[in-house]
Amino acid sequence: MTNKIIYKNPDKKGRYGNYGGRFVPETLISPLQELEEVYLKLRQDKNFQKELNSLHSSFTGRPTPLTFAENLTKFFNRAKIYLKREDLCHTGAHKINNTLGQILLAKKLGKTRIIAETGAGQHGVATATVCAKFGLQCSVYMGEIDMERQSLNVFRMNLLGAKVIPVTTGSKTLKDATSEAIRDWVTNIKNTHYIIGSVVGPHPYPMIVRDFQSIIGIETKSQIISIENKLPDYIVACVGGGSNAIGIFYPFIRTATRLIGIEAAGLGLHTNQHSATLSLGKQGIFHGMKTYLLQDDDGQISPVHSISAGLDYPGVGPEHSYLKDTMDVEYKSVTDEEALQAAKQLSSLEGIIPALETSHAVAYLEHLMPNTQKDEIVIVNISGRGDKDLISIQQNLNTKM
Amino acid sequence: MSFISDYIIRKNSYGEKVLSVFLTSGFPNKNNFTQLALQILDAGADMIEIGFPFSDPLADGPTIQYSSFRALQNGVNIKLTLSYAEQIRKKSDKPIILMGYANPLLKYGVKNFAADAVNCGVNGIIVPDVPLDEYDDFYTNAFSELDVILLAAPTTSDKRIKKIDELSKGFLYLVSTTGTTGRQIQDMEESKSLVIKVSHLVTKNPLLVGFGIKSTQDAALFAPYCNGVIVGSAIVKSLMMDNEDFRNTLTFVKEFKTSINTK
Repeated sequence: MTNKIIYKNPDKKGRYGNYGGRFVPETLISPLQELEEVYLKLRQDKNFQKELNSLHSSFTGRPTPLTFAENLTKFFNRAKIYLKREDLCHTGAHKINNTLGQILLAKKLGKTRIIAETGAGQHGVATATVCAKFGLQCSVYMGEIDMERQSLNVFRMNLLGAKVIPVTTGSKTLKDATSEAIRDWVTNIKNTHYIIGSVVGPHPYPMIVRDFQSIIGIETKSQIISIENKLPDYIVACVGGGSNAIGIFYPFIRTATRLIGIEAAGLGLHTNQHSATLSLGKQGIFHGMKTYLLQDDDGQISPVHSISAGLDYPGVGPEHSYLKDTMDVEYKSVTDEEALQAAKQLSSLEGIIPALETSHAVAYLEHLMPNTQKDEIVIVNISGRGDKDLISIQQNLNTKM
Repeated sequence: MSFISDYIIRKNSYGEKVLSVFLTSGFPNKNNFTQLALQILDAGADMIEIGFPFSDPLADGPTIQYSSFRALQNGVNIKLTLSYAEQIRKKSDKPIILMGYANPLLKYGVKNFAADAVNCGVNGIIVPDVPLDEYDDFYTNAFSELDVILLAAPTTSDKRIKKIDELSKGFLYLVSTTGTTGRQIQDMEESKSLVIKVSHLVTKNPLLVGFGIKSTQDAALFAPYCNGVIVGSAIVKSLMMDNEDFRNTLTFVKEFKTSINTK
């Protein structure tokens, strides 16, 4: 805490060091400028903050608890483990922190139609939910493969009145759903707001989504101080695009707390079947941002894999790329198998069934805990609950038995 | 100054509007692509734009997504595209422009690309996902001999169009309608008014209009108010359905050229 350097990103051009920016077709420039302008005004607007906070307490269920994981702590017999319970948010994951903020923004912009992309379906559900509440039309792009592995979430979106549009191009997963959403936006720019689901895309999206998600970190900070009267030594969160991670990390960047982001190693980093962008990617330009990317020698985007549809993305938020280079955050990865075992472990020890995305963060405890001390504190961001993954977990655990 | 803009202005001075045809590199066939490009130029195209493929072409509709995907499957990349340009240059003195997304270019090396492109006789480059705001950081002074052609869109403010005109070289590429390539123009009259408005704002560069020009009627509607038109998806689509000798597509090109020169 003593040598805290003030952390302030992005700059005026939407850059996080060398990353970020606005690499989009010209048609999108003016809507992005308008979005930035309106957002920066709203950010200062006390009434807007009041409205959002009141919705968070009455609709989202915030603040979410910080739960002491007594059994997990005993199991490792090292540092104390706390869980930030974003799984208890309405709709079952942290995604609603962003969609609620952005739907208010869309209303200020006078838009009548909302589009979104979704991987695991959590962001799609969170978007469909706020659209239902605020009476806006909603279309969600989702890869065909993801629609299969997250069929329950497709049904939830339909029930909420949203139209789910299957994406059949490319790898038929999150990256293709994102591309299709951008194509829709470029076409229907007049009446449509694009609620992007993570800290990715062209400026100002990574900043807006981070700001809306940083409520996770702000709450965590005051909760841990009131319980333990000190800051945590470690915070662990999973990273796909990276919104839950940046959300909990943000107020802790350049403090004494060590921040660890966990990517999906899929079948292993030595295979081509992973989504470990920050571990193995190279700098590139994709979906409107400069960031680390999994790509081949010709700069074509590589197919990626993860057991969790929400981490199955070849890019990552530009701020994470920056924080990797500055070493303010460490990025590690765990495999599908480790994530599955962690899902089982957290369920049986703590009575909390985590999403497969979240399970990646939990799984890293196996690596981290032996190096911690008893007087230290570890916080894991439980970004979402596992209800949506039950079939997938069941199938994978059965084949192992 | 600029070979491309000089060429367009010279054509205009003969009373001709310019027809620029977009082809996806190595599509439909990798082996006779050079020949196809030359035939298209012979049939009446004044310039050719060759798109090197990208796995995730954000600004493109289904037709060019498909052609890019096929090209990638066939192993087409920037290197091969440059060699096509080199072959075409040996037999044609018309402008050759390459088009593609930022990431393959970045991976190839932006500076190396500029040098290699100039060596292969390429005159210009269009990168739809590098707008004005990213220009300085992306392009190096290696592009002094290669025209960087910038786009303007229906959503671009007048002030910004003037800035784009300042910086663009070769011509200014006006996107006729919001949306991806090959999509039906949403409102023809609105697009026509846009072209007329922009033609008054653009003073430094010739103005070419593209996106959504599907028929000779579409082309003829815009031609009186600009220096030329760009046809992409319509030609690529025609190639997809054509015979091996591309007869119908070549006729189509000829008709496009005729349509913009009546009156």
